[in-house]
Amino acid sequence: MLAWTIYLSFIGAALVALVPSEKAVLARITALATAVLGFIVTLLAIAQGQATATLRDVVSVPWISAIGANYHLAADGISITLLLLTGIAAIAGVLFSWNVTRRVNQFFALYLTLIGGVYGVFLSFDLFLLFVFYEIAIIPKYFLIAIWGSTNKEYGAMKLALYSFVGSAMVMIGLIAAYVLAGAKTFDLIQLAQHPFAHSFQHWAFPLVFVGFAILAGLWPFHTWAPTGHVAAPTAASMLLAGVVMKLGAYGALRVAMTLFPDGLNAWRDEIGLLAVIGILYGAGVALVQKDFKFVIGYSSVSHMGFVLLGMMTLSVVGLSGAVLQMFSHGIIAGLLFAVVGRMVYDRAHTRELTALETMNLSRALPFAAVTFVLASVASMGLPGFSGFVAELQVLLGAWKVFPVYTVLAGIGILVGVAYTLRVLVKAFFGGVTPALNPGEKGHALAAITIPERIGAVMLLATTLLIGVYPRLLLDLIRPSFDSPLMQTLWKGTGQ
Amino acid sequence: MNLPLLTILTGAPILCGIMLLLLRTDQRVARKLAIAFSFIPLALVAYLWRNFDNTSGSLQFIEKYPWIPSLRVDYFLAIDGLGLLMVTLSAAVIPFAVIATTHAQQSKLYYALMLFLQAGLLGTFTALNFFHWFIFWELSLVPAFFLIKLWGGEKRSAAALQFFIYTMVGSIAMLVAFVGLFIATNTFDFIQLSELARNGQLAQLVTANLSGLGLSSDALSMLLFAGVFLGFAVKVPLIPFHTWLPLTYSEAPTTTSMVLTGVMSKMGVYGFIRVLLPIFPEQMRAVLTPLLWLAVATIIFSAYAAFVQKDLKRIVAYSSINHLGYCLLGLFAVVKAGDASLLNERAAALNGVILQMFNHGITASALFCFVGFLEHRNHGARGIEDFGGMRKVAPVLCGLMGITMFSSLGLPGLNGFVGEFMIFKGTFSLSAWAAAIATIGLLATAIFLLTVIQKVFSGPVKENHAWVDLTIAERLTVAPMIALMFVLGIAPHLLLQVINPTVTQMLAAVKF
Repeated sequence: MLAWTIYLSFIGAALVALVPSEKAVLARITALATAVLGFIVTLLAIAQGQATATLRDVVSVPWISAIGANYHLAADGISITLLLLTGIAAIAGVLFSWNVTRRVNQFFALYLTLIGGVYGVFLSFDLFLLFVFYEIAIIPKYFLIAIWGSTNKEYGAMKLALYSFVGSAMVMIGLIAAYVLAGAKTFDLIQLAQHPFAHSFQHWAFPLVFVGFAILAGLWPFHTWAPTGHVAAPTAASMLLAGVVMKLGAYGALRVAMTLFPDGLNAWRDEIGLLAVIGILYGAGVALVQKDFKFVIGYSSVSHMGFVLLGMMTLSVVGLSGAVLQMFSHGIIAGLLFAVVGRMVYDRAHTRELTALETMNLSRALPFAAVTFVLASVASMGLPGFSGFVAELQVLLGAWKVFPVYTVLAGIGILVGVAYTLRVLVKAFFGGVTPALNPGEKGHALAAITIPERIGAVMLLATTLLIGVYPRLLLDLIRPSFDSPLMQTLWKGTGQ
Repeated sequence: MNLPLLTILTGAPILCGIMLLLLRTDQRVARKLAIAFSFIPLALVAYLWRNFDNTSGSLQFIEKYPWIPSLRVDYFLAIDGLGLLMVTLSAAVIPFAVIATTHAQQSKLYYALMLFLQAGLLGTFTALNFFHWFIFWELSLVPAFFLIKLWGGEKRSAAALQFFIYTMVGSIAMLVAFVGLFIATNTFDFIQLSELARNGQLAQLVTANLSGLGLSSDALSMLLFAGVFLGFAVKVPLIPFHTWLPLTYSEAPTTTSMVLTGVMSKMGVYGFIRVLLPIFPEQMRAVLTPLLWLAVATIIFSAYAAFVQKDLKRIVAYSSINHLGYCLLGLFAVVKAGDASLLNERAAALNGVILQMFNHGITASALFCFVGFLEHRNHGARGIEDFGGMRKVAPVLCGLMGITMFSSLGLPGLNGFVGEFMIFKGTFSLSAWAAAIATIGLLATAIFLLTVIQKVFSGPVKENHAWVDLTIAERLTVAPMIALMFVLGIAPHLLLQVINPTVTQMLAAVKF
């Protein structure tokens, strides 16, 4: 049943492409319906007990038998968490793209293709298949940015594409080598993960594949595509980029690189942990001095993804669950932040310069956007009650024992996070020079926030609040996933 | 009938605040609604008092359910005597501040933020699992930040930012320390942690589970202690972590200052009693002398600072630090090593500390309220030189403010006296030198009082003033607080009978 998330997205993409470009409303509604259906399919699968924390096959049929590639879809709690994220992010993305008027049908066709590819990656347990979906997810990205983007869009799109391709190439080399060494019989992840690769091989294959994936997760120092890409992308695309595409990288690193090469993982663990912490601090520090509103959010993504990578390196169930939960949480929160910056503010104020926004007293002009951004900031700072806190808390819990120094540094990272978030919040919405609020005082006259925007914002806020208050909803899916034989290989290298 | 009273108590202000924001009413109706809403927790607290078992120092009204089993997090609310008093204080000061809110701030958002702040405070004083507690501890910051940022004085942006960041530094340090504690003990439960500390298992667990860090177990425990300590010390504040306070208190709108000093500053002292004292008594004892010095420095320095300030609000702010210094002095003295014969002194000091927390909350919020009245009459000017001869123009205002200042000074018969007396009584036997030096600080309040009487109440009346005496509404606003000062001064046992069993039980549970 879960496979329908993929098929529906591609069918929707095809349908939207067929809609004549002047029928914008029809294209939007088709896209929205597709996104909603994909999410409902996941929910239904959960409700019917087909999607649980236990790893179980969805489809497994031979595909290209000559090379041993199967069409093998499966899901465990980690996949399902990320499917849910993709579903929510997809719906929100459509809602926040309601005002796209240029080549609407193509926009949403590419958008839904991207979503389909993302669903595919999260469900694929055959490496060949996974790689195909991975590429399907990356290509529409380029066009979405290059055609519908803003500031420096060609540069941003090109940089993103090049980084992605370099990453893909690294992954491909590593995976083909593993495939050949394991006897060139199968691309099945579960079978390959049981193959005892030589330690010396793992020692270079692991960093190759891990970094190849983690480039997309914003691993420092390979993160530079992220801020420029985010800034250049149209709102929906930056929401997906931060919300889902960065998770592709983290997911691939966890699901493929870490399970295939546990010895390599063990050998490089400290170094990658260090890069993750540098990412947390560097991203936060750079966000603190940005002049462009969207760059702040872009760098904050790098910082928050550092927590995902740090959590993965802890190799404890609590830290790993924290990492997966942080993927979900950051997906929701970053989506929300980008929606406010790109759609609510930039599309109305036509500037993202903080100094310009400072004079506009946006909290008066756009009260809904201000409230949304306040709540999203609080969530992004990692204040308790929102999903980010539970996730970061678990990452810290996992990290304390193995990386005590990194834990403290990550704590400082949270603090810098508080500082840059407050700074941007105050500058963008509560301009420092304007007089105190008086009832009746009006700011700039800007178009009111539309209904689709409100629905999208409320949906994302409710999600982060719900998971923050009742994290069991996801943790009960995530934690037992690490008991499967596949995920248990993570600990092979540590001798535990 | 077994209502989840504490859940209702912590949830009601949030719901009321949201309702207030969503209702499309004009400002006048909103104000009435806000006042009505702010009395809901007070009514609930009255019900708590009626059903509270005075003879027991144990936790009551317990609500405990598993929340996140994988992290051993429980939904855990309960109160003992300390909790009850702090909840009462939060429930009493917020309506006071809401009613006292001046015209310029009367907006739905202001009231809603006040109610959210109250929810944070009530939650902090009732939640007993770190995870649950931390939600309220942190979330009380957000409404406070916006109250200062949107309605504060000229330097409100800097003040709000400074307030938030400083508190966050402490909070993050505390968070990291609690993460370490969880690794060692596998629990976030304050009560379980205290139990582990009492029977000595905490030290063993820390050694066993955190030894991989290459530090001795003493150093580890000390680091954990330092993290938690920083979180609370910033909040109280203890010198030298106090630098955020004067700017914050003076820039915040006056009714917000009332809550900040009346209740929020108690969050820190509460944390010292609830968390540090039972979980880290040995670490506190190891650094007792420096801690006592810090408390003494807090008392003396803030007294001196209050003395040289010219701004009434800043004077009250520093005098507030001064009073909280006594709380910490008594608290630190309690952990001093010694045999059972000192138990009475410890009990006296700790009783005094809790009593002082409550009374200071009442008195200091009333003082800020009066400063607000003065400021309002003088179009925002609040330097002590900006006034003069107030006594002739506004005798009621000066009389009532005088009573409040005498209460702050600790005049016998008013509420401030008993708590301070008990703190000094206990501290003197436990640590005579600290008590002796700290008495110098008492002078501060006296000087403050005299300065105000001299410069504000007496002297020539300023020309072109348009001062008026307290209006009926203003009199009604402060009357309950003034009455409370007398009642609690004459009958302190009303509070002590609730505090004492809790204190006895707490001290019995601490390892000396």
